[in-house]
Amino acid sequence: MRKIAGLTAVALITLSGLAGTVFSEELITLRGGSVISEETNAPAMPKVENTDQRRVRNYPEQPPTIPHHIRGYEVSKNANKCLSCHARTRTGESQAPMVSVTHFMDRENQVLATVSPRRYFCTQCHVIQLDSKPLVENTFMDVEDIFKNGKAKQ
Amino acid sequence: MIGIVRKIWRLVCTTWVNMNRPAKHLSIGFLSLGGFVAGVIFWGGFNTALEITNTEAFCISCHEMGDNVFVELKPTIHYSNRSGVRATCPDCHVPHNWTDKIARKMQASKEVWGKLFGTIDTREKFIANRRRLAGHEWERLKANNSLECRNCHSAEGMDITAQSDRAATAHQTFLFTGEKTCIDCHKGIAHELPDMTGVEGWK
Repeated sequence: MRKIAGLTAVALITLSGLAGTVFSEELITLRGGSVISEETNAPAMPKVENTDQRRVRNYPEQPPTIPHHIRGYEVSKNANKCLSCHARTRTGESQAPMVSVTHFMDRENQVLATVSPRRYFCTQCHVIQLDSKPLVENTFMDVEDIFKNGKAKQ
Repeated sequence: MIGIVRKIWRLVCTTWVNMNRPAKHLSIGFLSLGGFVAGVIFWGGFNTALEITNTEAFCISCHEMGDNVFVELKPTIHYSNRSGVRATCPDCHVPHNWTDKIARKMQASKEVWGKLFGTIDTREKFIANRRRLAGHEWERLKANNSLECRNCHSAEGMDITAQSDRAATAHQTFLFTGEKTCIDCHKGIAHELPDMTGVEGWK
């Protein structure tokens, strides 16, 4: 509520023309602090990282991110393009990492012969990464760093 | 019955006799030059008509193509890309050299039959037939070593250093050795896929 009030105040100041450049470089809203009646230029579309290099996971349970393009990859009831390389039987030819064995388990932890239907839609968890700057500052610390430092900063 | 056969035979005989008789009034110049001009018109007309049937506009003039496969092509790399080069329907679905093209066109005359009798005139019918129809195209491309792909994408012309690691490895391992052809791995590159159960290389 306080936030909305603050934003309204900022908008009012801008509209009244008292301080046209109150916004600094820092991010205020996702619109970049432009007046709502004005249409601003859309930021350039960032490129998809396509290095094929595995990335370090930020925590052990993190679904690994996809290090390649997936444009036009169909994942539907009919076909799963991801599995045409990452399925167990396909990894010999593709040399791609196999779908984790956790994906073969149903919700009772029964291991099935193939990928469980609940894990079929890959992009629900696994995503590509874009070459772009974070919109807001992030103070996330790797758990290993926390161990190393002994005491972590807040 | 015998009467009809006799009549037809008589017609064949008189036509044969007339065709063998020299011209009475027409000059040799008229006949040879006229024949030449008529030949140009017939051949040109045939080829022009053939080329008209070989355009994207002609293909999508039927809603079966316009509402199903063409819509699916639009977001793909072969229709929408950074350099603006487009592959239209016949670039991939009709062979480019003449004899193969005519052979394919004769095969495709069955599609006229399908159009007339509404084989895929609804989305449901199209989806029900999709595996069979896609199968025809996979078989055709497999049999001609993905010729229509290679009209633009030659293995010799590929700079694999400009490709991603996995693409370069896959092309070196399977394409350059001739072990596989384009369509073996690149199914569904321009259209949505049918149910891939039982298709080699798919789960």
